[in-house]
Amino acid sequence: MTVTVSRPGAGAQQQPLPLDVEAIRADFPILSRTVRDGKRLVYLDSGATSQKPRSVLDAERWFYENVNAAPHRGAHQLAEEATGAYEAARATIAGFIGARTDEVVFTRNSTEAINLVAYALSNAATAKEDAFRRYAVGQGDEIVVTEMEHHANLVPWQQLCERTGATLRWLGLTDDGRLDLADLGTVVNERTKLVAVTQQSNILGTINPLGEIVARAREVGALVLVDGAQSVPHQPVDVTELGADFLVFSGHKMLGPTGVGVLWGRYEVLDALPPFLTGGSMIEVVRMEGSTFMPPPQRFEAGVPMTAQVIGLAAAVEYLQRLGMTNVQAHEEAITAYALERLAEISGVTVIGPPDTVARGGAISFTVEGVHPHDVGQVLDDEGIAVRVGHHCAWPVVRRYGVPATTRATFYVHTGYDDVDALADGIRKAQRFFGVVPAEAAPPAGPTREA
Amino acid sequence: MQLESMYQEIILDHYRNPHGRGLREPFEAEVHHVNPTCGDEVTLRVHLEGETIADVSYEGMGCSISQASVSAMYDLVIGKTVPQALETGDHFVTLMQSKGDAAVAEKLEDELEDAVAFAGVSKYPARIKCALMSWMALKDASARALSITETTPAGGKA
Repeated sequence: MTVTVSRPGAGAQQQPLPLDVEAIRADFPILSRTVRDGKRLVYLDSGATSQKPRSVLDAERWFYENVNAAPHRGAHQLAEEATGAYEAARATIAGFIGARTDEVVFTRNSTEAINLVAYALSNAATAKEDAFRRYAVGQGDEIVVTEMEHHANLVPWQQLCERTGATLRWLGLTDDGRLDLADLGTVVNERTKLVAVTQQSNILGTINPLGEIVARAREVGALVLVDGAQSVPHQPVDVTELGADFLVFSGHKMLGPTGVGVLWGRYEVLDALPPFLTGGSMIEVVRMEGSTFMPPPQRFEAGVPMTAQVIGLAAAVEYLQRLGMTNVQAHEEAITAYALERLAEISGVTVIGPPDTVARGGAISFTVEGVHPHDVGQVLDDEGIAVRVGHHCAWPVVRRYGVPATTRATFYVHTGYDDVDALADGIRKAQRFFGVVPAEAAPPAGPTREA
Repeated sequence: MQLESMYQEIILDHYRNPHGRGLREPFEAEVHHVNPTCGDEVTLRVHLEGETIADVSYEGMGCSISQASVSAMYDLVIGKTVPQALETGDHFVTLMQSKGDAAVAEKLEDELEDAVAFAGVSKYPARIKCALMSWMALKDASARALSITETTPAGGKA
């Protein structure tokens, strides 16, 4: 009797990784804890939120222990130092994306940054000041999104259209998980006021050809907002090369704290927008009859800001800069290539998204025939492997590909080949547990786990 | 190994061979419930004879827990009056809130029959909503069915 079982990983290539995974893991306190009865934590959910290196935690603690005060107010030394630290952090974060410091607005996260722009555009329609009406959106105007957007870059535009009477249009997807640009010339037209598109899909991993989209938007005079929540943490992004008007990203997905995100906007555009949230800090003169507002970025930062988190985010940026974003991207590409090969070896596993690493980031969504994603996730969790399951806040995408949900693994600077091996072994275990493959036909465990 | 504590054999049996699955006539109310965090869905119909649940029919997609739960619920509620079925539902909610406390499961064993096997799910907060979705749908559908039969003389309710 001959049983042909190929050894898992036998064909998969383990290129030397650009980053020193063991050294990096030592920087992340949480990676030394165990889960589910002593299992090593295999964290493959950085796409939802990333873990934090010690330097980020130290930066926040340093601020609270030494400097804490409300920036941009107060006549005391602490207020002065807090303002200095806050604005220095803004300069660090601006430098990370090649931006001018006064073009960086702090928000709670990407979601709030997108809402800020969407509300500013509808507020523009009713603004008293002529200067704020330049980008007003109203009836007859069109907003363009894509079918692969995260809900955060879809629902605010649906709502903007409902408030203003504008029409929402979108670019569809191809079967292999890419934007279908065949209709670009008609979907983006002279009625288009804004194109909102993700740079890297949080569910498919696709990296979009922004150059082509930006060029078309420029032809018709539309604004372009780029959702960088999944790109800024994982690849070099320079706003001067992007050519867009807005870029949004979240601190917590790039080793930084929760509660801080960034809206970058071209100064000329920001300066012509009315505020979204109003209150303290953003005003110039307040009288009972009415108020005037500060120039950007202060116009968009009402209230005492998330100062410690901004300082934590600057520390995260410095950590990423020490690694080098080119290395970060190359590292994740090597891991992604290996993971795609390992998953392709498992019969019944289908990757939803581009099948190779061409214009692709490290979010890998997949289905396992005969096992629901929740159940896959549960078996993986039992092995200490953290993944995300469900529709990943991109419900139209899972609908487009005819699946109820997917399991998603996402990678970051601390991900090693051993994490991918654990994932592949875990998927096989789920198949055995749910009887999709007979227990005795299960191939032997994967190769030795080395980072 | 904790997996078996959640995926009891009874649960996997209900998942593989669901009881009462499929949408049937007649029915007084139909509801559609979704779990917005994961996309699980169930369409559920209730048919009453007087106050008694004569049939619960359903279609849905979702994980093993959500699909097994609706199957076990079907077995539990047919032939009960709506208040009795909702009381059983309350016991099931209690079980789901028990955080794996064996004493709670033991106390509810007679009442919940196969559904007591879901006790292990109560240790996993993220999965509790999977087990509860069908019970929420039943509560919703039976309330609607009752309000319809109460306003229709042919419903048999005085």
